[in-house]
Parts: sequence; C-alpha cells; structure tokens
Amino acid sequence: MGAPAQAQNNTQPGEAEASARRRRGAVLAWGVAIAAFVVFWQFGKPLAAWAFKYPKAYAIPAQAWISSGMKWLLNEATFGLFTFLDLTRFTAAMIDIPYKLALSLLSTGFLQGQGSGAVQLLPPVSWIAVIAIVALLGWHAGGRRLALLVAGCFAFLAMFGQWDSAMVTLASILVAVPIGVVLGLLLGIVAYRWPALERAIIPLLDLMQTIPVFAYLVPILFLFGFGPTAAVVATLIYALPPMTRVTILALRQVPSEVIDLGNMVGCTPRQMTWRVMVPSAKDSLMVGVNQVIMLSLNMVIIASMIGAGGLGFDVLAALRRLDIGAGLEAGMAIVALAIALDRLSQAYAYRIAKPHHETAANKGFVARHPYTVGALAFVAVTMAIGLAVPAVQDYPDGLKVSTGPFFSDVVGWINVNFFDVLEGMKNALLLNVMVPAKRLLLDLPWFGVVVLLAFAGYRLGGWRLAATIGALSFLIAATRQWEKAMITVYLCGSSVVLAALIGIPIGVLVAERDRAWRVVQVIIDTLQTLPSFVYLMPAVMLFRVGDFTAMIAVVAYAVAPAIRYTVLGLKGVDPRLIEAGKAMGCTPWQLLSRIRLKLAFPEIMLGLNQTIMFALSMLVITALVGTRDLGQEVYIALTKADTGRGLVAGLAVAFIGIIADRLISAGARRVRQSLGLA
Amino acid sequence: MSESEAKLVCRDVWKVFGDGAAQFLRSHAGKATHDALVEAGLVGAVRAANMEVRTGEIFVIMGLSGSGKSTLVRCLSRLIEPTAGEILFKGENLLAASDKRMIEIRRHQMGMVFQHFALLPHLDVLHNVAFPLDVQGVARDKREARARQMIELVGLAGKEGFFPRELSGGQQQRVGIARSLAVEPELWFLDEPFSALDPLIRREMQDEFSRLQSVLKKTIVFITHDFDEAIRLADRIAIMKDGEIVQVGKPEEIVLAPATDYVAEFTRNVPKAKVVRVRSVMKPATGRMPRDSVSPLATIADAAPLFTGRVTRLKVVDDSGRELGVLERADVVDVMMRG
Ligand SMILES: Nc1ncnc2c1ncn2[C@@H]1O[C@H](COP(=O)(O)OP(=O)(O)O)[C@@H](O)[C@H]1O
Ligand SMILES: [Mg+2]
Repeated sequence: MGAPAQAQNNTQPGEAEASARRRRGAVLAWGVAIAAFVVFWQFGKPLAAWAFKYPKAYAIPAQAWISSGMKWLLNEATFGLFTFLDLTRFTAAMIDIPYKLALSLLSTGFLQGQGSGAVQLLPPVSWIAVIAIVALLGWHAGGRRLALLVAGCFAFLAMFGQWDSAMVTLASILVAVPIGVVLGLLLGIVAYRWPALERAIIPLLDLMQTIPVFAYLVPILFLFGFGPTAAVVATLIYALPPMTRVTILALRQVPSEVIDLGNMVGCTPRQMTWRVMVPSAKDSLMVGVNQVIMLSLNMVIIASMIGAGGLGFDVLAALRRLDIGAGLEAGMAIVALAIALDRLSQAYAYRIAKPHHETAANKGFVARHPYTVGALAFVAVTMAIGLAVPAVQDYPDGLKVSTGPFFSDVVGWINVNFFDVLEGMKNALLLNVMVPAKRLLLDLPWFGVVVLLAFAGYRLGGWRLAATIGALSFLIAATRQWEKAMITVYLCGSSVVLAALIGIPIGVLVAERDRAWRVVQVIIDTLQTLPSFVYLMPAVMLFRVGDFTAMIAVVAYAVAPAIRYTVLGLKGVDPRLIEAGKAMGCTPWQLLSRIRLKLAFPEIMLGLNQTIMFALSMLVITALVGTRDLGQEVYIALTKADTGRGLVAGLAVAFIGIIADRLISAGARRVRQSLGLA
Repeated sequence: MSESEAKLVCRDVWKVFGDGAAQFLRSHAGKATHDALVEAGLVGAVRAANMEVRTGEIFVIMGLSGSGKSTLVRCLSRLIEPTAGEILFKGENLLAASDKRMIEIRRHQMGMVFQHFALLPHLDVLHNVAFPLDVQGVARDKREARARQMIELVGLAGKEGFFPRELSGGQQQRVGIARSLAVEPELWFLDEPFSALDPLIRREMQDEFSRLQSVLKKTIVFITHDFDEAIRLADRIAIMKDGEIVQVGKPEEIVLAPATDYVAEFTRNVPKAKVVRVRSVMKPATGRMPRDSVSPLATIADAAPLFTGRVTRLKVVDDSGRELGVLERADVVDVMMRG
C-alpha cells in the first residue's frame, strides 16, 4: 500500500511543475507574439508599406474571375443536348407551375388572360376559409388551444390589412417547403449511403450556411431573373443544408439492430431506405421539416430583394421610405405568420412522434378524413356565399385596423420626449467605444493580423489550423476586402460583446430559477423563429440609420444563443461538484465564479460562437440601414447585379465566420481538456 | 449426437475490425494472437471460430459482454462480412453467395431476434409481425392472417393494434419473436433475446421459449451472457472469450470437465446435480441388474431421491426399454458433493 502511494506523491508535484512550466511557456509565447505585433504595427509602416495596405498589383482578381465564370455559364456552358441556361430556365418553369397554383389559390384567384384584361374565373380561397383551414390544422395537430392560436394569428393578418401580402409570402413558402424537404431528404440519404459523397457535401453545406444570404441572391438573380421563382430558388438553397444535415444525423441515429433487422428480413436497398430507415428516423426528420419551414420564411422575406413580393417587400419598401409605421405593421404580420407556422409544424412533429390508432379502414371516406372533408366543404360554402356577400370573400376594408399612423405617432412621441436620452446614449457609445475601436482595427497591418491569427491557430489547434486560418485571412486581404472586413469585424465584435454582456448575466440569473428559465426560453425560442428582417424596424425606429442602429438590431437577433448556452452550460455542471463546493463553505459568489462559471466556460464559449454566427448573418441584412462593411458591399453588388463583387464580399464574410468558428471551437476543446471534461 | 446432420458449419471464421485487417491476417497466416492484433490497433472480435450447428438443436453461444458473440452470430448470417473463413449453410458457402441469393436465403430460411427488439416504431404489432412477409411481397390478407397466427402463438392476441412503445419490454420481445417466426425460418438466431428484460420476466420468457421450441423444433443459435440461461436452454454450448471459442459441448460436459480455468469459473456456482444427467455417470451393466430403474436423461438431482435405505444401485433404461447400464449411489453422491 505504501509504495504506490509514495510513487503518486512523487509524480504529482512533478506533473504540477510541468503544467505550470507549460502555462508559463504559453504566456511567454503569447507575450512575445503580441509584443512583436505591436512593434511591427507602430514602427513597420515606413519599412513595409505593403504589410499595411495590400498592394494592388498583387491582388487576386477573384471578382473578375467569378464574373467571367458567370458569363461563361450564361452564354456558353452546355451539357451537349441543352445549355446551362436552358437548365435554369427549365427549373424556373417547373417551379413556376406549383407557385402559380398556390398564388392563384391564396391570392389572385384563377385568371384567364393577361394583365389588366384578365378575367377571374374562380376567386381565391376566401380569408374566412383560410382561417378555418389553419384552425382545423391546428385542431388536428394539437387541439383547441393551438387551433385558437393559429386562427388568431391569421385573423390578425386580415384585421391589420396585411392579408394580401401575407398570402403571397405564404404561397412561396407552400412551394419552397415541400421541394426543400424532399430535396434535402434525398441529398441526406445519398450522403448517408455513400460516405465519399458525404465528405464532399459537408464542407459545401458549411460554406452555404456561412455565406451571407445576400451573396447568393446575386447569381440567382442572374440565372433565374427577378421574380418570385428566383426567390423560391434562393429559399431552397438556403433551407436545403439544414434539412440535409438533419437527415444525415437522423439516419445515423437509427439503431444498428434495426438495420440488421432490415437485412435479416431480406430488404432490397430501396426497401431498406424507404421502409426501414426513413420511417424509423421520422421523429428526428420532423425537426428538420420545422427548420425548413422557419428558414424558408426568413428567406422568403429577405428574397423580396429579388422580387419575392409579399410581406418582405412591404418591410423593404417601408425601410426605404423610412415609413416606420408601415414597416412595423408588416413586421408584426411576419411575426404572426412565423408563430403560426412554427407552432403548427412543431405540433405536427410531436403528433407524428406519438403513436395514434388508425381508424378502421372499412369506414367511409368522410369518416376516415373528417378534417379534409370539413375543410373542403368550408371552402366550397364560403366560395358560394362569397359570390353574393363580398365581405366573406375579401376582408372588408371598413373593418381593417391600421396601426401605421399610431406607431408613427408613438415614434414621434418617443423622439420628442426621449430624443436627448437616446441620442446621448448613442453618441456616448459611438464616440467613446465604437469609433475608436473601428479606427484601431482599420489601422492594423493586415500582414501582422494574418500572422497573429495563424499563430493563435497554431497555439490552439496545431499546424493545420494555423494553415487554414492563415490562408483564409490572407485571401480576405488579397481580394482587397480588408478594410470592409475590418469594419465587419468591428461591428460584429461590438455587437457580440454587447450581446454577451446582456446574455450571459441573464443566463446566470435564470439558470437556477426554473420558472424564470421557462419564461425566458419561450421568449428566446420565439425570437429565434422571427425572420431577421423583423429586427430592423424597431432599431431604426429608435435610432434611425447608421452603425449604432445596425449594432442594436444585431444584438437583439444574436442575444438568444448567448443566453441559451450560458443556461445549458450552468445546468450541465455536475451537481456533486456544487455540493462539494458548498460543503467546503464556498459563498454563493465563490460557487458561481470558482466552480459553476468555470466549468460551464466551454459551453459558454460555444454559445459565443453561435452568437458570432448569428451576428454575421444579421450584419449583412443591416446593410439596409446604412453600414459600410462587407454586407454593404454585397448589398450594392445585389442592386447592381454584380456577381463577382457580391460573391467575393460574401465569401469574405464566410471566411470571417469560419475563422472565428475554428478558433473558438479549438479553444473550447482546449479548455475542456484542461478542465478534465473531455 | 452425430446422428443429425449439420445445418450450419463455421470453419476458421475471423472478424477483425480496423484498417488493413484482411492484410494483417494474411501476413500472419491466419494465426494472429490477441496481443499481436491489439498492437496493430485492430480488434479481433472473432478469432478462428469453428463450430457446427445440428438440425433441430439449440446451440447456445455464451460469453461475457464484448467477447464477440454478436459479431459471430452476425457473421453466421453475413450481416457482417467475415474477414476470413468459411460458412456453410446446408452445404452452401454463404460467403460466395451473391447479394440477391443472400436476400433470398434471409427472406425464407433465416429469422433473427434482437436484444433491443428492433421493432419498427411507426408500425403497430400486426404490421411489425407482418413486415418480413410484406417485404417479400406476400398478399395482404395472407400475410396478415399469418401474422395474427404468430401473435396468437406468442400470447399477444388482442394487442394487434398497439404500437411498440405502448408495450412492456417482455411484450415487445414477444412481438420480435413472432416477427422472426412469421417466415417459418429453418434457422433461428436469437441474440441475447432476454437480456434487456427484468429477471422475473426473463424466467417467464425462457419457459415460454422452451414451450415454443417443443412445438416448433427449429434449429436455433441462441446467444446469451448468462451461464444459467445457457445451461437451462442449451443442447450444446459454445463458450467464447476474447473472440475465441474456448469450449464446445453439452452442458454437463462443460460442467463436469471445464476445458480452462476461465470456463471453470462459470461452472463453479452451478449445482452440478441439476445439470449432469444419469447417462454421463452410469457404469456399464455388470452382474445382477437392480430392480428399480431411472431414465438416462434424468438429472442426478432427479435421480437422488430414488436411492432409499436399501437401494444402492439403479438400472438405467431408456424410453424403448433398453437397459443401458447401472447408476451407483457412490457416483451420485460424488456429483452432489462437487456442488
Ligand atoms: N463495428 C465495430 N467496429 C469496431 N469494433 C467492434 C465493432 N463491433 C464490435 N466491435 C468490438 O468487437 C468486440 C466484440 O463485440 P460484440 O460482438 O458486440 O460482443 P458481445 O456481443 O459478445 O458483447 C468488442 O470488443 C467490440 O468493441
Ligand atoms: Mg452482443
């Protein structure tokens, strides 16, 4: 007994010494690196001007390459039998058919003839019938409360005069979601079946999810033209990656025994996929469907920039006019639509997860499909009545409530009474924090930053990470995006800091109070379902346009993951450690700072990572309120339909995201190892 | 028991997990030791397995968790491709069979029951049981009739419309058993079918299984990590350790003559008298035959009460009335004394 104990006593101090030495080494290495960086920055300018401003002569003409590639695609690319352009036109035509159908059903009615000479053969489904249908869906999926909620949301659309726009938006979603789900599912299945393909697809999905949405609106605009079809294509591209990912994960989670079963009963590969794997993974797949729906809504709103129309267009138009009232109204309509769609699809996901007993097959059609029959009957009846009573067909104008003027008044009132306070806050932050931070970042030598980032990559993750990060950051400089990238970093950085300063304390506060956490959870869940566009209006309303407004909108959008991960991290701390801490007589503050926050740190870092990703995606949208960063560059490219410019700037944003993601993930891994959690 | 022919033969079968496993085996001329494999970063889940399963017997593979039982049984049905070796099913080399042929064999001649039931969550009991027939394209009324029959057989009549997650573990496994029997397999694999169940239910299911087998008379490969279960159910047992089969034999052979210390460790706590049968300890008939008789298949525990004050020897007579030998009291006592 004595000998091993002694041996342990001997090794422990040795190990502690070694780790202390390592830590000292790390601090020293960082100190040297940063000192060298500062010296280079302060005194390097006369010696190496190229390191401060990337020389034009050596720039990589990526914009020109992409633009000529695009031209080639449009003019020359061919598959032999048909050209690339034929393919895109064909795709557009194929998408146009269901879209026209959905639009006719919900908005325009079935028309004969073109333009103003068109005759309506059949009116669209009346507002009453639509509300009845969604209420029935709600009832079917989740009972009376859900029925009331979704009916209420849709009634809100009618009452506030947003019906027509909302139906246009809904039509795009009705087309995009089924296609997105099916394509994502197929892609996921293919990737699951052929791992080599998966290795090719995953990085592509990563990139697709980090490139800001505006960036791929540009080529889509080129290939599919301006209009709702292009918007549906953009929506598909946006919603496809998560569905694919969810599918791969869901199929992986199918127990190996179930796969064995499929083989044992002699399933062919096709039977294996469709009769065993997909049905077994159905519960998880429904999560993907919900995501596709919510992402589609987000994108359909954004795609109003390439002609999607609908609620997004209303927000966009209001922003351009700075008509706060109209913008807020459209924004609230989006919120209503988002909540209705989210709750409905979640309820269906839950319903599918629960077993339900089929009614006997030998009953009549009506008995087997009471909901379908009810809905159809309602549509027919209201349509007939609608012919005689216009109020049944279209929501009567007289009953519409416009809150636009009211909100304009509210904003006016706020500006009259709180102008000084708000303005003071804004200016104080701008002058004392944001502008100096921006100056500082813009002043840094790109070369030094690239080397320092690569050094960080090396310390946290080794040579490969260093090479990746060095290459990506170098590419930002070499494509001459550095200055705009630095503005993006500054805006994103200050938003993330602010979001963390708000989110982490809230997380700490609610982590131990279950009731409060449930309330906060509902709030942040709802915040996360809202399309990013919605966040712009209140920010503009209070602070008008500019960097500060952009920051506020970004913080509002990105604060949710900061809260969520803080709570998850704190809740995940082993309760035995907390008990041990209490037994040692820690004060609550010591418990929090020495044990809980320390152990939750890796999780909080991952939350920060998410916050950065959210912030970047929102930041691009805030180009609409007049920032000067990469987002603006993409936005300008969009308005000028300049594919090269848009994609290069978009890729630069993606690179920033990837760099942050890789560094933080590696850092979190490090910390987790050193805490003994990994 | 050499009178019944082998249904399934497994010759020198290896399954090594890891990169370059096949090459490694070839370069070691099929003699890779456990340590050599570990050193190469490979897992020798099944090593040089030899066994044969005879028609109509219950062949139990017993071993601790991780000893390679599941891997072996999956090699036998070729759910896992063995790294080396030969598997003959009714004389046909399974490893040479095409995918199509394998589907054919599995559809009509094999059935399998899984440790965690592997029921399809979206189908009710009836459709789960009918699933193998559905996959084959059997007409609806025919397959559902067959499924109802099987559900009846395992005692779940009335539960046809229930979904798996509405059933208890024991009921779920009954569904799994019914499903595996729906295609009338010749060879029935059960991979730890009762391990996930509570002890009381497990006992009940074992009795149920014995009842079923007395009716069905299938050829069975039964996997378990529970030595008592093996003893209770097996005609013959193969004991696995670290991927190797260390001993194959009838329960009493294993109990009376464990091949290694490892096997002896399992048998130590087994009451020998309840396992060993009269035929294993009887002596050839010499001299005058005693009057009282006993069956050769009776266990020693069953035979012991027959030795009363005056009776010290018993005549061993089989069902057809042949006199096979004599059972001596001293031998019975000897077995009982060994625990
Ligand atoms: N797919 C696999 N890849 C690598 N190793 C495996 C794989 N499947 C099983 N093993 C290993 O093979 C050994 C035997 O596993 P298994 O056959 O499941 O054992 P048992 O069923 O007896 O518990 C274990 O060490 C297990 O870790
Ligand atoms: Mg096993």
